Amino acid sequence: MAVPPEAAGQAAESRGGSADAPHKRQEKRDRVVIRFAGDSGDGMQLTGMQFTSESALAGNDIATLPDFPAEIRAPAGTLAGVSGFQLNFSSNEIFTAGDEPNVLVAMNPAALKANIDDVPPNGVIIVDREAFTDANLKRAGYSGNPLTDHSLDKFQVIQVDVTKMTSSALHGSGLSNRDVFRTRNMFVLGMLSWLYQRPIESTIKYLDARFKKRPEILEANIKTLKAGYNYGETAELFTSSYEVPPAKINPGLYRNITGNSATALGFVAASVKSGRPLFLGSYPITPASDVLHELSGYKNFPIYTFQAEDEIAGVSSAIGAAFGGAIAITTTSGPGMNLKAEAIGLAVKTELPIVITDIQRAGPSTGMPTKPEQADLLMAIYGRHGEAPLPVVAAATPADCFECAYEAVRIALKYMTPVILLTDGQLANGAEPWLVPDPDQLRDIKVELRTDPEGFLPYIRDEETLSRPWAVPGTKGLEHRIGGLSGENLTGNVSYSPANNELMVRTRARKIAGIAREYPPTEIFGDTGGGDLVILGWGSTYGPIREGVKQLREKGKRVSHIHLRYMNPLPRDLEDKLRQFKKVMIAEMNMGQLLKLVRADYLIDAFGFNKIQGRPFKVSEIVNRANRALEG
Amino acid sequence: MATALTRKDFVSDQEVRWCPGCGDYAILAGVQKMMPEFGVAPENVVFISGIGCSSRFPYYMNTYGFHTIHGRAPAFATGLKVSRPELDVWVVTGDGDGLSIGGNHLIHVLRRNVDLKILLFNNRIYGLTKGQYSPTSEVGKVTKSTPLGSVDFPFNPLTVALGAHATFVARTVDVEQKHLGETLKRAHDHRGASFIEILQNCNIFNDGAFNDVTDKGIKAEHQLILEHGKPLIFGKNRDKGIRLNGHRPEVVALGNGVSESDLIVHDETNLALAFMLGNFEAPLPTPIGVFYATSRPTYDAAINKQLAEAKSKQGPGDLRKLLMSGDTWTVD
Repeated sequence: MAVPPEAAGQAAESRGGSADAPHKRQEKRDRVVIRFAGDSGDGMQLTGMQFTSESALAGNDIATLPDFPAEIRAPAGTLAGVSGFQLNFSSNEIFTAGDEPNVLVAMNPAALKANIDDVPPNGVIIVDREAFTDANLKRAGYSGNPLTDHSLDKFQVIQVDVTKMTSSALHGSGLSNRDVFRTRNMFVLGMLSWLYQRPIESTIKYLDARFKKRPEILEANIKTLKAGYNYGETAELFTSSYEVPPAKINPGLYRNITGNSATALGFVAASVKSGRPLFLGSYPITPASDVLHELSGYKNFPIYTFQAEDEIAGVSSAIGAAFGGAIAITTTSGPGMNLKAEAIGLAVKTELPIVITDIQRAGPSTGMPTKPEQADLLMAIYGRHGEAPLPVVAAATPADCFECAYEAVRIALKYMTPVILLTDGQLANGAEPWLVPDPDQLRDIKVELRTDPEGFLPYIRDEETLSRPWAVPGTKGLEHRIGGLSGENLTGNVSYSPANNELMVRTRARKIAGIAREYPPTEIFGDTGGGDLVILGWGSTYGPIREGVKQLREKGKRVSHIHLRYMNPLPRDLEDKLRQFKKVMIAEMNMGQLLKLVRADYLIDAFGFNKIQGRPFKVSEIVNRANRALEG
Repeated sequence: MATALTRKDFVSDQEVRWCPGCGDYAILAGVQKMMPEFGVAPENVVFISGIGCSSRFPYYMNTYGFHTIHGRAPAFATGLKVSRPELDVWVVTGDGDGLSIGGNHLIHVLRRNVDLKILLFNNRIYGLTKGQYSPTSEVGKVTKSTPLGSVDFPFNPLTVALGAHATFVARTVDVEQKHLGETLKRAHDHRGASFIEILQNCNIFNDGAFNDVTDKGIKAEHQLILEHGKPLIFGKNRDKGIRLNGHRPEVVALGNGVSESDLIVHDETNLALAFMLGNFEAPLPTPIGVFYATSRPTYDAAINKQLAEAKSKQGPGDLRKLLMSGDTWTVD
């Protein structure tokens, strides 16, 4: 689907507009990208999320990309403190939060300055005029006032006195100036809700729940929200409002979900379906902590959450719980993965089922904690000393995190192995509508704890899967010892026998390689019988690649898309599928890690398209690079 | 239980492989001897260890066992105990494993008061890596890695544990089998994190480190056996005691106007006293026994209580309801 350049381009006549018409025109748009930007304390994330909910309830397809600073509260009004939230909503199926915003809402000069480069010519910029004070302009590094110096002439700038209007709406409320100021975001939300004809009931419901205990704040927020909505209708800044009709999507019950929520729910579902309690051992880290927060709220399932003293204790406690028969999880991001490596190796050697979730962020070292990257792939596959293979699963979209988390647990239990689940900061905080699955339709997860002492040995194996029995403490007659030292085949007794060591290394490798047997066939989006170019991707690049390939195909280009979910072992049919194409391009948010694997494993002369900016690919970047490849 | 458990029920079929003469043999024998008395069936007992000589321990117990990674045994044990609170979980560690690489986990497991029995074998040396100084080695210690003597100020395991607000802190000695057994029993009876420092001789790399408290000829003059409610008396003829001189403890000879009533009476519930005893250095004797024992809710019980309360309040988890929570909408 092409991004119509005019999408919301003429969203409003600025500076003036028509003088008549209490009932304004309504125009149709099939797709709009809005970016809300303000100070960290301006509530832009909340505004964005509520607008997202409203849009989802209006039946649009949606995709979001929050973009917040790592600093908790950088000094107000500075570029470092700018927090953004981008939302793409459409009456068609969409895959990304959009390359560039049609509409930018900038609550202060810093927010304008930090985002202006992304706004296309003729794009709409809505600003709070009163925030453009000399002091704020200086803090943002402006020498003049962009609202008056004609530097914004190529855009449609709509200046609204948000602060003043909010104050008027709450006149006589008795609230402090600070509390009044803090409801400014609701005015903006109300105004945008009118402009795009969003229902505000869900936001009112949300506010009801959030400020239940503070009725005066609740009332103020609702008042301001409605004031913004009415202002949109009556003020003369906007000549028309816009309708983005519902998208045609599969019937069913939907909810809006972020990747971290979906990950948490996937684990809960796996625990319920397997009939085993869930144990999460985790140390807080951006952007993974939300999974810990969410699971901490579901104790009645039962779910154990243990906030450990460090990353190592997080994974170690999970392995201890797995030894005891729990569905054991640990969640982290890059720096935590480094610390967990030794314990993961122990889980490989002792063949205990745990899922390590790496919500990747930009590195190396502390890097950019709130920004996404895909540079942990090789670490996930190989990052342990010794021969320590394990399965790696990667989620493609926020909602896909549910299925991947569920699948990771299923594989861990079936094959008695640690599994690494890869998501990233973009999936973690990004949201999309999710067709809520019927629990009865989820794939079965069978758990058979060993109880029979007859013929029991700790490392006796299932003939098909090569997995060893799960024999948990408390089971009479199965007392046994496991550990990290090289162990004798079957008994696990400490052994330094050279031949035995090789046998065990090869057996574990064979077990992991065998998992690929049960993968579904690799799907090709595009030319199933071969074509000019295939773009291979994995993880959160799904959106831009799929959107880009759709656009290219609409122009008649023979470009296809393969997206991997199983990163290790790779699907057995992948090599053949890739060889059908004249060219193979691998787009990744790293320096070419999947590229290395494909070239090494298949001797296919693939080439990489790489971006390491802590930002997702733009659709246009994929399209342009593919076009170059087709020409070259 | 149908038949009474015996020592043999807890002995695994694995050949014990410590150096001949190692203090670990005595500790293993003491633990295996005591286990039947605790009345817990072998299948409900789990020994978890880290890395080091001491950490081979689980292989020799015919219970469930997990030989994990260096320093992290308390974390593995926490995960197991929290999710399986009915199990009897023991941690075996050493001065290097527990106080150097694993110091962080040790203090946190103690402050949380996870219901684990923690045995720290202290030989004041690295044995498995063949003779480097450990975090309990004395300043000046000449080892392979400190040819000119260590300049590294040591930890005192007991005061580390007390500082972490452990609820049970004791010290015993490898070769004092009766005292070892009694101390294990006390630790096992305690609900919460029980910490026992076991002075253990490494006859290869640090032989005689605790001679003053183990040598039959002199130990009575150097060993102070702590008993709750009793005055601090020691010496072959039980003619010496510990008295407070202002705030400082001192050794006094009984008689000549000094009587038992002048001596400090041991009180296991007194944290300040436990700290003072934990810091005893020559010429004061080396106390052994229970320094401190107090009651505090255990972490594992508290967590399980929260789970039970959540279940009784909200009912058992309903997956369908959970998946359908939040703002939902229906597409026809």
